[in-house]
Parts: sequence; structure tokens; C-alpha cells
Amino acid sequence: MIRFDAVSKAYPDGTVAVDELSLTAPSGQITVLVGPSGCGKTTSLRMVNRMVEPTSGTITIDDRDVTSVSATDLRRGIGYVIQHAGLFPHRTVVDNVATVPLLTGTGRRQARRRAIELMELVGLPASFADRYPAQLSGGQQQRVGVARALAADPPVMLMDEPFSAVDPVVRDQLQQEFLRLQGELGKTILFVTHDIDEAITLGDRVAVLAVGGRLAQVAAPADLLATPADPFVAEFVGRDRGYRALGFISAEVAVATEPTVALGAPVARAHDVAVDDWVLVVDDGQLPQGWLHLRAHPDGGPGPAPGDPVTPDLLNLGGTLSALGGTLREALDAALSSPSGRGVVVDEDGRLIGSVRAGTVLEHLHAATADPSAQVRP
Amino acid sequence: MSSAAGSAPWDLFGYFADHRAEVLDLLWAHTWLSVLPVVIGLLVALPIGWLARRYRWAYPPVVSVSGLLYTIPSLALFVVMPTLLGTQILDPLNVVAALTLYTVALLVRVVADGLAAVPEDAVQAATAMGFTRLQRLRTVELPLAVPVIAAGLRVAMVANVSLVAIAATIGIPQLGQLFITGFQLSVTGPYYPPIVLGIVLSVALALLLDRSIVLGARLITPWQRVSAAR
Ligand SMILES: Nc1ncnc2c1ncn2[C@@H]1O[C@H](COP(=O)(O)OP(=O)(O)OP(=O)(O)O)[C@@H](O)[C@H]1O
Ligand SMILES: [Mg+2]
Repeated sequence: MIRFDAVSKAYPDGTVAVDELSLTAPSGQITVLVGPSGCGKTTSLRMVNRMVEPTSGTITIDDRDVTSVSATDLRRGIGYVIQHAGLFPHRTVVDNVATVPLLTGTGRRQARRRAIELMELVGLPASFADRYPAQLSGGQQQRVGVARALAADPPVMLMDEPFSAVDPVVRDQLQQEFLRLQGELGKTILFVTHDIDEAITLGDRVAVLAVGGRLAQVAAPADLLATPADPFVAEFVGRDRGYRALGFISAEVAVATEPTVALGAPVARAHDVAVDDWVLVVDDGQLPQGWLHLRAHPDGGPGPAPGDPVTPDLLNLGGTLSALGGTLREALDAALSSPSGRGVVVDEDGRLIGSVRAGTVLEHLHAATADPSAQVRP
Repeated sequence: MSSAAGSAPWDLFGYFADHRAEVLDLLWAHTWLSVLPVVIGLLVALPIGWLARRYRWAYPPVVSVSGLLYTIPSLALFVVMPTLLGTQILDPLNVVAALTLYTVALLVRVVADGLAAVPEDAVQAATAMGFTRLQRLRTVELPLAVPVIAAGLRVAMVANVSLVAIAATIGIPQLGQLFITGFQLSVTGPYYPPIVLGIVLSVALALLLDRSIVLGARLITPWQRVSAAR
């Protein structure tokens, strides 16, 4: 557990970066510090490992004042993922990852072996071991940064915008892998970001900081979206927060049976089962492949010839998949993004279960919010 | 002196054949007089450059003082060194000391700038992982400053090779001696061979030392090649 007790930081030039911050980051959980640029997130994080000394107040880790040990010993026991990865350009990937174990006197061979294990843990092939950071993509560098912070197996991790320098697709992927990893490792994590979506996706608890280092609200993500404490928080969590909040309600929506044709079957078969001219095409393993439209043109021109087989190039690939037992947000997104208006629901192996329509999702939402016992995920 | 060799400039080979042992001695003296000050100068400049980087207020005075040092004519420095050091006027130590001073003057700034060019993120990361200040300097900052420092070393090395030659005028033997010999032999008309030989050998020496620094730096900075390849 990391505890800030009335911690303030004023830089020598008079800038108040953090103002009377009191906050607890519980053990084994991810606590996210989120706020606009310059609100004191990095400063707060760096006061924990004493790269910045507070002007007043105390910080404790598991009830021990951080000033009770030497700064270097303290830091070797805390994983730190720096903004922009901050890898050592002159060291290979494996040596970067092995930095702290080597520093604390672990033998070279053992440190290397451990580093390779960690690389695999964060999804980097062992063949990257002898590359230099300049030979990696931004996303790969971020992974190395995370592996390096994990190397000494510290109970506490500080992460400063670890996924900010990559494109949204890679960021999504890194976030999901990070959550999976945290599920296994259960570290006490203080995570900094300026991105409210990231905060809500990753945080067990989210602390919103306002410029000037004032703590505006600490809450579970769902509560933050449902009941912002003040206009600043309301503004910061943003206009889409109603839609985002759907991400915290499980979809127990009734799934309708969806007629399908198999890839390679004659188009005529599709005509028999089509609903509103759209048919879902699956492969032998019942994995959805895409939608077949039986009218090629909106003006009703001729569609694919009935005698032709259904081939992949005839398919519309639009529409996200929603996992059974996923959230209302996923279900609604699947329905809204589907060309047929029917969102495809699959099981955990990706096999087709059926479909949902947006209207059904909204009816379910209506019922769920009317019923106080509705399932809200923690 | 020479009888077998002619006086045409290209007759340096003949001159060399006749004075082989003497010329090789001069070449060797020239080499160590050039290299030693660079080595000592680097060792002295490292801590001063580090201080100038560590305490930002120290940077401007250190850089201006070292810049001023460089404006003192080398001949003057060679001449006053015996008084300063209490050495004999013909002691090669005077030359080593004077050139060390120049090298320090040149390299202090190079070291400070080299350390300043180390990516801030890497320094912060090292601090965050619990490096002591000395560990960080030795294993992160200095290795990353090598490309900049090596570039400065090349300048200092080549400058020294040409500055050493001036010491011939005060009688310290090295390749500059060949210019004086050539001048002294030019009684009836210009006598080129020793002069041209002196030029050729000092240029060759400068090139060789320069290449060695480039190669040495490349050997200890393998990461530089991969980033250049991208
Ligand atoms: N060394 C320093 N000296 C003076 N002011 C500083 C220093 N470091 C940070 N600040 C100021 O303190 C405030 C908080 O900075 P901090 O780096 O903690 O912000 P941040 O929330 O991490 O911002 P970002 O999202 O841009 O990284 C800013 O106004 C910044 O200009
Ligand atoms: Mg920051």
C-alpha cells in the first residue's frame, strides 16, 4: 500500500506542482492518477521513489516512511516505467531488462535467463534479446520498459504514461496484456496517464488531479462516470461518459438465433435464409467470416448470381464481435457497427452463438438501470 | 650532408634511405609527444568536464577560461614551461605539459557537451532504477558520451601532431626537425627532400592516429552502427 499524507511540492521557481495530496493506493491494485498535462502526475510519482523530495507531507509504502531507507535501496525495490520507455540505447534488450538484477549483484547468467523469461512474459520473442533499442518499434520498446521494471520482482510499480507513445491499436493491445499480467502478478501499481479512457480501462481506482496538483476525486471507474464530484471532473471524464459507462454493465441480453450459410455453399442457399437481405457466413468451425448482402446495390440492382458459391471476396467484413458475457458497450458496439444491424455474439473460442440488435440492448439497459440489483461490475 | 640523394622534392625516398635510423627516431618521438598529452589531457578533462556539466553555473567560466588558454601561442608556452615546471629548456616534458594544457582546454568543453547530449530519459531511468551517481556516470553517461568525446579527441589529436612540430624551433627532436634540416641545407638553392619527407610523415601520422580513434570509438559503441543502419 502506498500512502500520500498531505503531500505538497513547490519547485524552487514557485510552481506548486502538488498541493496537499492525500491518497491511498491499495496493495495488489492499480491506482491510476489521471489529469491534464502539467497537473503534477509525474511529480507525484517521483516523490514515491524520491527522485523528487516533497516540500511537506509524508509518503509511506506499507506503513514505512520512504525516507527511512537510502534513496538507492528504495529505488531498487520499486519498479519504475518511465515516460517514453527511457531504455539505455547502448545496451541490448536483454541487458536493459537485466539492469536491476545486475545492479544488485545477481550473476550474469542468471540475470540473463531471468530477463529472457520476462521478455516472454511481456510478449517479446527471445530472438530480440541481442537487439539494441533503436532496432525496436515504439510498442516493443514500451514492452521492454515494462519488463525492465518487473525484473527485480518489486512489489510496487510506478508507471508514467507507459503506453502513451504508441498508436491506439497497439495501446489497446498493450493495455489488455498489462491487465492480464497484473491478474497474474498482483502488484501494487501507481499508474499515471492523461488519457481518461486508459484510466477507466485499467484502474481499480482512479484519482483525478486538477492543474495545480489538487486532487479532485478518487473513485472506482464506474462511480467516476456515474457521479463526477465537481464540474472539472465532469468536464474531464467527457461527453461520452454515458456510453463509456455501458462498459461496466454486463450484457445479459437475450441472444437471437442467427441463420447462417457456410463458406462455399451456393448463393441460392443464402436466399432461403436471409433476413433483410443479409446473411451471416461462417466457416466449418462456426467462426463468423462476414456478412453476405444479397443485393449488391442500394438501388436494388442484381446481387450475386444464385448459382455461384459464397466466396470470401463477396463478404462485408464490417461489424465488431461481442463476446457472450461481455459488456453492454461491446454488445451495443457490435450491433451498431454491423451492416445488417445485428451484432454478432460469439463464445470464448470465437464460435457463433447468435446476434443482438441495438434496440434489444437498449431495452436491456432500461431494465437494468430501473432495477437496482442490476449487475454492475466492480 | 647527403651526397647520394638529389635535391628534387620527390627524392624524399632517397633521403629516407640515407637517414633511416635518424628519421625513424624522429617519427617515434613525434608520435609519443602527440599521443601522451591527449591521453593525460583526456584524464584531466573528464572530471573537470563532469563538474562543468553537474554544476551548470560552472560551465560558462570553465568554457571561457579553457577557450582563452587556447589563444596562448604554443611557442610562448614551450618557452615559459621550464620556468613554470623547473625543467631544463630541452626537456621534452615541456612539450608534453604545454600540449596537455591545450588538450585539456579543448576537451573540457567536449566532455561537458558530450555528457549534456546523453538522452535525459536514459539518465532519469538509471536514477529511477537505483544507480548511484558514480555507477550512472560510469555505465550510462560516459558510454553514451563516447561519440561526442571521440569527435573531440580527433580534433585534439590532429592539432597536437601539427603543434608538436613547432617544438623543433626550441630544439626538441621530432619530425619538425626535418624542416629545419631542409632549411639549413638550402644554401645554394632550395633543398626539398627532408621538408617533403617531414610533411608526408606528419600527415601520415595524423591520419593514422585519427583513424585509430575512429576505429577505437566504433569498437566500443556497437549500438551506434545499428541506429545508423536504420
Ligand atoms: N524541475 C522543475 N522545476 C520547476 N517546475 C517544474 C519542474 N518539474 C515540473 N515542474 C512543473 O510542475 C508542474 C507539474 O509537472 P509534472 O511533470 O508533474 O506534470 P505532469 O502532470 O506529469 O504533466 P505531463 O502530463 O505533461 O507529463 C508543471 O507545471 C511543471 O511545469
Ligand atoms: Mg508527466
